[in-house]
Amino acid sequence: MSVPALELTGLKKSFGKAEIIRGIDLSIGKAERHAIIGPNGAGKSTLFNLITARFAPTAGTVKLHGEDLAGLEPYQINRKGLSRSFQITNIFPAMTVFENVRCALLWAQGYKYSFWNLVNRSSALTEGADEILDQINLLGRRNLPAGTLSYAEQRALEIGITIAGGANVIMLDEPTAGMSNTETDYIMDLIMRVTEGKTLIMVEHDMGVVFGLADRISVLVYGEILATGKPEDVRADRKVQEAYLGAALEAEH
Amino acid sequence: MSNFDPNTDMPRGARPEEQITTDPSKPSERMQFRLMLFNLAPWIIASLVLLLLPAVFTNNSTITLMNQMMITIVFALAYNMLLGQGGMLSFGHAVYAGVGGFACMHIMNTSDFFSSIPLVILPFFGGLFGMGLAMIVGSFSTRSAGTVFAMISLGVGELIAASSVIIVAFFGGEGGVSGNRTDALPFFGNEFLQQINVYYLIAVWTIISAALMFLWSRTPVGRMANAVRDNPERAEFLGYSARWVRFYSFVASGFFAGVSGGLFAINYEILTEENLNTASSGVILLVTFLGGVGFFFGPIIGAVVFTLVQTVLSLQTELWAFYAGSLFLATVMFFPGGLAGLIMMHVPAFKLGKSKLLIIPYLKTLVPAAIGILAVCALVEMTFHYRHAATGDHEMTLFWTTFDSHTVLPWLVAAAIAAVGLGIARATAPSLKEAWNEANTRGAAS
Repeated sequence: MSVPALELTGLKKSFGKAEIIRGIDLSIGKAERHAIIGPNGAGKSTLFNLITARFAPTAGTVKLHGEDLAGLEPYQINRKGLSRSFQITNIFPAMTVFENVRCALLWAQGYKYSFWNLVNRSSALTEGADEILDQINLLGRRNLPAGTLSYAEQRALEIGITIAGGANVIMLDEPTAGMSNTETDYIMDLIMRVTEGKTLIMVEHDMGVVFGLADRISVLVYGEILATGKPEDVRADRKVQEAYLGAALEAEH
Repeated sequence: MSNFDPNTDMPRGARPEEQITTDPSKPSERMQFRLMLFNLAPWIIASLVLLLLPAVFTNNSTITLMNQMMITIVFALAYNMLLGQGGMLSFGHAVYAGVGGFACMHIMNTSDFFSSIPLVILPFFGGLFGMGLAMIVGSFSTRSAGTVFAMISLGVGELIAASSVIIVAFFGGEGGVSGNRTDALPFFGNEFLQQINVYYLIAVWTIISAALMFLWSRTPVGRMANAVRDNPERAEFLGYSARWVRFYSFVASGFFAGVSGGLFAINYEILTEENLNTASSGVILLVTFLGGVGFFFGPIIGAVVFTLVQTVLSLQTELWAFYAGSLFLATVMFFPGGLAGLIMMHVPAFKLGKSKLLIIPYLKTLVPAAIGILAVCALVEMTFHYRHAATGDHEMTLFWTTFDSHTVLPWLVAAAIAAVGLGIARATAPSLKEAWNEANTRGAAS
């Protein structure tokens, strides 16, 4: 059996006495599109933050391609090929759209902390950034400050920044939160295209997006995984229906 | 605050018309050449001005003033690598310039070594020592930005300033360390005896340092310094350690601060505790902020204006620091972008070709305002004279007028001019605002 892209074992996190994540075991295969759903406060974002070392876990391990991530800093994890977006748009608002993407390319293209290269002399950087901008349909906004883009465009830019470095595990935290239906369709299509052949892990509330995109779904309730499986199995699961999905699906219709 | 953006290279996909014309004379290359020339123009002009200035201002005191100005320019630019580009507020940056300067003084005093090197490379040693100290301090101070960094910089600054009276061997105690620059190996027969020789030495170092610092802002680590300033967390999730990015900026800034210290050593041939105390650190913060942290050339303007205020104004009045402080306060409160921001504010109007609309309204408001402010200054000076002049000395001269500060008439006149001047400025302000809006709106009636 091949090594899973991401493997969580016995992952726990408490803030003081409050146990937010109460023992999670999850294995996500290569090139799988995995959605994590669950009610508010279930710990979805905390789980994301544990995986990307924004928080340190209380117990348990996170393995990326079989390698334990314990004790690594976010930037080290990113260099190993795991990239994430945030629930609240997290870009460089004062920089131009182009430069946002270019910053995301610097490490991947091996520039490190170089002070003997000039960024605008490198056609690989410029072309690479423009290629990403083309993929996320923001070429027309190239030279505008990122902070002036519309909300959906900023979310698209953040996805662009997240994928630009060429990471093979992409984690998206509620990429369609707060969007209109057309915008959601647009972002969903975008995610489909840019994560082709990559492992995708996303937290999402919009059931349309979840069932449209995901190969497998995990339902997180009160810091525990209630069920993991193919969309149709999870949808049919009685426990899930009782705990969450029934209400969520009703709200959709 | 998207400062000195290096995106001057043209987008590739965004300009299809350029690709359609497959002209053999390669318009894109010609375009690039013109663009390059456009980018280089400010540098060429600035260099020419620096090299020609001594031909205009020939007397020694003016040259000393210009030397001081250039030293401050290098220091302020180095400081802005931290403040403007890296978002790190340092309260103790004079230490790096000072230590670089002291190191240069000691090199001057090692007769064997010093007589075997030309004077022109001495600032480089100052840079190395500034950089070395920055590496030590930066190893623990750059872990975080914000308040923690500011407090550590203040603490280290105080610590080293305090050591200056303890470690007498290096800092020379209260008398400082002095030396003689002419002991160096003659440089093409030049011993730098005269102020004008030193001027050219400093000018060349200023141009080189400024160019290097500008290029730094366009390197990967320079770009990431901006990214870390704006959003350290996102930068970390792009593979960059915010801490190391800060560290490299800090070390580079320490180097150029050290260079400015070396230039100071050459120019004055003496360094004292004053070169590294908190007051000097405060001054460089003030200079940089006054000029504007958001633009590369901001600190240059700040250094020129501040040095002028400091030297020229201090010859005129004892209260120069009061006016400098007021100017700084006004800048912080009304123009947070500094003087550079104030200049760049006018770019949109220029681009729209409507800047002419502003001339008359500016004259109508700013001339009375200036007269009003001068009258307020007169009141301040009169109060100072009234309180502090020697007993019996009632006579004072202000704006080429001699009068008795203990009579009522001058006070009435000054107060009246102040009230009228500021009153007119206030009355005409709304029409200036209107003109401003008009000048910054595309299209509409011309």
